[in-house]
Amino acid sequence: MSEAGDRLQGFLASVPYIQFLGMRCELAGDEMTAILPFAPHLVGNIMLPALHGGVIGAFMEMTALAQLSVVQQTPKVHKTIDVTIEYLRPGRALTTYARADLRKVGRRIANVTVEAWQEARSSPIAALRGHFMLSSDE
Amino acid sequence: MSAPNPTLRELAVHMVETVPQAAALGFKLVSVADGRGSILVPWRAELVGDPATGVIASGVVTSLLDHCCGLAISSAKNERFPTATLDLRIDYMRPAAPHAGVTALAHCYKMTRSIAFVRAHAWDEDPEDPIATAQAAFILNGAPAPGAAR
Repeated sequence: MSEAGDRLQGFLASVPYIQFLGMRCELAGDEMTAILPFAPHLVGNIMLPALHGGVIGAFMEMTALAQLSVVQQTPKVHKTIDVTIEYLRPGRALTTYARADLRKVGRRIANVTVEAWQEARSSPIAALRGHFMLSSDE
Repeated sequence: MSAPNPTLRELAVHMVETVPQAAALGFKLVSVADGRGSILVPWRAELVGDPATGVIASGVVTSLLDHCCGLAISSAKNERFPTATLDLRIDYMRPAAPHAGVTALAHCYKMTRSIAFVRAHAWDEDPEDPIATAQAAFILNGAPAPGAAR
């Protein structure tokens, strides 16, 4: 596996909350897809049923952090400064996917957008914009 | 603050402790009244976001704030009211203290026929020293569809 792949898998394995969600990631070159298989404990509305909005937001935030772990050399976890989450469609009881776009990675701050979808990428269920404070090894 | 409506409190306990994601995170109802709702999520190892510090994950706080906003809407309506989140903006001021639980308080400060506007904040030890603040808009399900006359 590539160094970036090692960093990504190291990040995913080290964060207990990522295990709690049941999230994993696949890397194809430098392109990462995050995958959140459906699980009953992720449900926020049992009538529909639908994923909890917080779960979808948290999944996209973790996708941003995972994508940053691919490009940043440090094993430290970067810190979320702010996120704006837009909900477009209900998250159904299905596997959810997400991809992050690192719009700007500066010396201290990264600006990241993430989009999440289920059956069709052209029909996203939610989007996130966020700023992250980058950790360094120093 | 008026005395809490016991029926509302029962609904709130149900909403906070039996919704699968809320139960999985271990949410506890703190209070519900007057368009406000407060929930505590106790710290536990599997909710940690930074293994180097033992601080609870910001994603947990995201779910907590979202859920607390829904509780505030039910509190304002005095009934369990189905909603869908339109948008949620969260600012993280600082990490929670290591091994600390987080409490959130949300206030539904304006409701139209179809939309509720909610603010919330979350803290670990002192409500005056927040770890995160949130601003959210929700559509009230059962209300007129977007584009329909209000």
